[in-house]
Amino acid sequence: MSFTVNDLIFILTAGLTVGAALGVVFSRNIVHSALFLILAFLGVAGIFFELDAGFLGLVQILVYAGAISVLIIFAIMLVMDVEAGQTNLSNSSRGIHLGGALVALSLAISLGAAIWNSKLSAFLGPRPVSDAVGALAELMLGNYVVAFETAAILLLLAVVGAIILARGVEEK
Amino acid sequence: MIGLNHYLLLATILFGIGVYGVFAKRNAVAVLMSVELMLNAVNINFVAINKFIQPSNTIGQLFAIFVIVVAAAEVAVGLALIISIYRLKKSVNLNDFNLMKW
Repeated sequence: MSFTVNDLIFILTAGLTVGAALGVVFSRNIVHSALFLILAFLGVAGIFFELDAGFLGLVQILVYAGAISVLIIFAIMLVMDVEAGQTNLSNSSRGIHLGGALVALSLAISLGAAIWNSKLSAFLGPRPVSDAVGALAELMLGNYVVAFETAAILLLLAVVGAIILARGVEEK
Repeated sequence: MIGLNHYLLLATILFGIGVYGVFAKRNAVAVLMSVELMLNAVNINFVAINKFIQPSNTIGQLFAIFVIVVAAAEVAVGLALIISIYRLKKSVNLNDFNLMKW
């Protein structure tokens, strides 16, 4: 079994992603959680680069690591009023806590075992397209143009709705 | 040799961490961040299956982009809701959000 540089890169990025995700869930300070979240997004972007999806990796860095994390950090700054070390506590109810851990663990273990025992690793399809961006553009403005326009309208509505919600009601 | 099952396993682990975060956290912003982790796991699945099973087209990447669009919209509306509720209740603790409970 040969061990190539690609495998090493995958292991490093996957370890970074999982470690950062654990940091998001287990830090007690919500600002640390947000910073770990940026690290996890960058790790996922690395996974995308590893999968020959360079355009998607760049979108991931721009939209997730850039825009969404800034939004989340802004929201944290706006709503934080107690001391930072106590901002991201776990749920005090022990039942919900254990139940959540149980659901997550059983989900990960059962799905992981199913994936591991499947024959999925044997799959290797035809040669990949070299011009992924061009193919994406043709799909977006061809077969999937309705979904594309719907996504545009959804984004517009979401932004307008977010402004209206966050502005609040005027006092009479 | 890294194959499809390794990527799917990574996505499963990320999704499990996200599920745990949604259940165990009581800060609404932390729950939103956990949902983002789960959406990222789904994106990894889309792109990995696209690459290993049907690389001659890019439909998996296209759907990953749609997931990113929906996630961006969800974060914008979700954070606006949290700020709006915070103005009303002075708290982001999910246990305090019980206005619609009877």
